[in-house]
Amino acid sequence: MIQAFIFYLFASLVIASGLMTILARNPVHSVLWLILAFFNAAGLMLLLGAEFIALLLIIVYVGAVAVLFLFVVMMLDVDFAAMRAGFARYLPFGTLLALVLLAEIVFAVLAWRVGGIETAARAAPVNVAVPNIEALGTVLYTRYLFIFEAAGLVLLVAMIGAIVLTHRTRSGLRPQKVSDQIRRRPEDATRNVNPGVGQGVEL
Amino acid sequence: MIGLGHYLAVGAVLFVMGVFGIFINRKNIIVILMAIELILLSVNINLVAFSAYLGDMVGQVFAMFVLTVAAGEAAIGLAILVIYFRGRGTIAVDDINQMRG
Repeated sequence: MIQAFIFYLFASLVIASGLMTILARNPVHSVLWLILAFFNAAGLMLLLGAEFIALLLIIVYVGAVAVLFLFVVMMLDVDFAAMRAGFARYLPFGTLLALVLLAEIVFAVLAWRVGGIETAARAAPVNVAVPNIEALGTVLYTRYLFIFEAAGLVLLVAMIGAIVLTHRTRSGLRPQKVSDQIRRRPEDATRNVNPGVGQGVEL
Repeated sequence: MIGLGHYLAVGAVLFVMGVFGIFINRKNIIVILMAIELILLSVNINLVAFSAYLGDMVGQVFAMFVLTVAAGEAAIGLAILVIYFRGRGTIAVDDINQMRG
């Protein structure tokens, strides 16, 4: 009973906040609604018994992605009112397309119920005695080790790409050249000499 | 226990909402990126729901990979947005035709 109540609470909130994300006038509000949607989706996943994914969702999405969105939205000085100009024009077509897509998905799910698709044998059956994070780690670090490494590579490429794209070398600056300073030898440097009168200086 | 169909319905509605968001916010690329995040979130909900109801951990593993790709995609997308704004002073999607696509 309490489970059903919590499910409907989270489900209705995630749908409502998702709708507000795409309908909000101000993109800052959109980001905040998106954060609420992520929290409620994490609640749904907790209800399913996937604690690690649920908390990862909060850490990665709310802690990193949503904050990144907030930074960009607040950094760019954009006239957001002008961006909503075509909103009413796209609304009928968008609604039609969304309804068609939803109907297709519903039909697909109903067909699955009627026909029944043979699923292959389970790759990693859930053992109730083992905690979720331990079971996930056992699968992730053995069977999916190489895909896991590839995921790390994806993140590395994303990080390097973001840095390379946004980094700019500004002209007109005179930064410290550390290598020049270290390469310098006493022979090249200025010499203090005290020549006698009329003897001149050897250069 | 809540049925699998309920979770799939939430995922489907969220997915459709993401597609709808891309269509109605065609001028605002920031909201388009957020709609893509919503789509990936709905995929994650589906993966985790199937994982729980079929008793198979693999769904959760793949949900993690989807999460990784979503984070990378958001970072690169926003980086491109920032350099585009730096060069042009606007982020209007309609005017992006530099590559004659």
